[in-house]
Amino acid sequence: MNTDRPWWRLDGFYIYAVLYLTFIYLPVLFLPLFSFNDSKYIAFPLKGFTLKWYEAMINNPPMLSALMNSLKIGLAVAILSTIFGLLAAKAVTRYRMPGRGPVVGFIMIPLVIPEIILGISLLILLNLADIPLSLWTVGFAHLLLCVPFSMLVLVSRMEGFDKSMEEAGLDLGETAWMTFWRVTFPIVLPGIIASLLLTFTISFDEFVLAFFLSSIDQTLPVYIWSSLRFPSKLPSTLALGAAIFMVSFIVVTFAEWIRRRGVRLDSTSGI
Amino acid sequence: MNHDAIISFQGVSKHFGSVKAIENASFDIQRGEFFSLLGPSGCGKTTLLRMVAGFEIPNAGEIVIDGQPMSAIPPNHRPVNMVFQNYAIFPHLDVRNNIAFGMRKAGLTRAELDKRIDEALELIKLPGYGKRGADELSGGQRQRVALARALIKQPKVLLLDEPLGALDKKLREQMQIELRQLQQQIGITFLFVTHDQEEALTLSDRIAVMSEGEVMEIASPGQLYESPGSRFVADFIGSMNFFEGEITSLADSAVIVQTPVLGDVEVTGSDTAMAPGQKVWVAIRPEKMQPVFSDPGAGNNSVAGTMGPSAYLGDRSHFYVHLPQREEPVLVALQNLERSMSHLHKPNQPVWLQWTDDAVVALPRD
Repeated sequence: MNTDRPWWRLDGFYIYAVLYLTFIYLPVLFLPLFSFNDSKYIAFPLKGFTLKWYEAMINNPPMLSALMNSLKIGLAVAILSTIFGLLAAKAVTRYRMPGRGPVVGFIMIPLVIPEIILGISLLILLNLADIPLSLWTVGFAHLLLCVPFSMLVLVSRMEGFDKSMEEAGLDLGETAWMTFWRVTFPIVLPGIIASLLLTFTISFDEFVLAFFLSSIDQTLPVYIWSSLRFPSKLPSTLALGAAIFMVSFIVVTFAEWIRRRGVRLDSTSGI
Repeated sequence: MNHDAIISFQGVSKHFGSVKAIENASFDIQRGEFFSLLGPSGCGKTTLLRMVAGFEIPNAGEIVIDGQPMSAIPPNHRPVNMVFQNYAIFPHLDVRNNIAFGMRKAGLTRAELDKRIDEALELIKLPGYGKRGADELSGGQRQRVALARALIKQPKVLLLDEPLGALDKKLREQMQIELRQLQQQIGITFLFVTHDQEEALTLSDRIAVMSEGEVMEIASPGQLYESPGSRFVADFIGSMNFFEGEITSLADSAVIVQTPVLGDVEVTGSDTAMAPGQKVWVAIRPEKMQPVFSDPGAGNNSVAGTMGPSAYLGDRSHFYVHLPQREEPVLVALQNLERSMSHLHKPNQPVWLQWTDDAVVALPRD
């Protein structure tokens, strides 16, 4: 601790940090709070403790099917976008190729286009091409959205380790393919896991594209949005929200832990 | 091509876009030799090494390793292994698995492989380090592991890309000695890339001095230092004082060079063909010029000057001596054989520089 710093400055930052965290997390904490509240209405004072909303959630087939849809799409999108991201990252960081800049730019565009614009343009495109809306179209849109995130995570990972590691693999008698599996893959693995978790999370709670591009089969965020119109359904949605919040919290913490572990490994592999 | 050659470069050229990296390199490396590629950064030495490893493909010419042309052979099938500049120790594997990495297809049983790894660890003086992770090794230890990982493959040539560059001076000097001993012990040809001329002189049987993609001269360390073939080589290796001159006459085994600064200088044992009228550089190493403080008299290979600034370097001192008719001072190096040599460090006193007949080299000047 730096003792030269005047106490009031330290304290100022401390207060700021507490306010900041309160501002961010207090609203979120209402979710679990009201999910255990024995009342249809989201209002104080609290009425009493109950688990009936969780029970209602489990006995709500449309909600569970929406949850399954979201999990399916999230999983598929996470795996595919990580594969594409890995290939793109390898190409960008390892090969001298013409038009590298524009190619990377095109891949990254979905990061900066507002989702609503992306959603509308995809809807128009699908209509023109006479492709019916389904979970497939949602998945495709999510893939478009997630590949740049995968690529960003994996490019930084690929740039972080020395190209001569891969050359050493070749030099010691392995083929390019085996070098990838024995050298590149294990070194990039923390990045791959981080990318899987990140893209899954993005797809899982994405609303705008899913709203525009789904038909009868809804994803969970779309289902939640639609159930907001019926006050009786709201508390069980809160229960689901609280459950998802806990799961995402665990997943993101785990992803960050993996990433930091990777960074630490890197910093010690330098000279 | 010579039958003892383990590597033969035959008209090898390489360019990156419009930049020429290697220009028509043709020379042989002998079996069992410690051969260094020495040159300033950007001279193409690393490119040449990487072409032997197969990481770069020559645009023209052929590299032959032990009688086998390499142009169609990918890096993983070449009979050479490399110690990388930053060692490239795999961070996800421990020392044993790093060393074992290349032995997957060697067809050894687990017990045989373990024995070979133990031998390798013994060879690099790191027994008991097998379970350490890459992050638990010092720079010198990483370097040894990289050596063991390459040598366990029993390559025909070991390629070393500035492997000592990242180590501090003391450790580097120690590793130089170990590297030299190791090479003599196992008898494998070493092809060593460095920009450090002292390192090249210490380690090598022969050195190829390179500049701007061309091999300027290939010779033993002694030859390169004592009778360099060009002004570039003389200047790059060690320090050298150059004096303009012109050959006036030929004697039995010597030539007489007339120089404006030193007067008539006799040069013996010059390799290059010399003829009267030819313009040459007369070159004398700083330690081969002896300062004296009384006039040795004419005809004694000497020149008069005044003492300029000096630098005390511990084991030796450098003196800059001003000569008439010469702008640039002459560098003179003197071993500090006695503890008090301070009487020499007096600027502006008259001084005479003496040299022996044997000290002078004549180099072509255009």
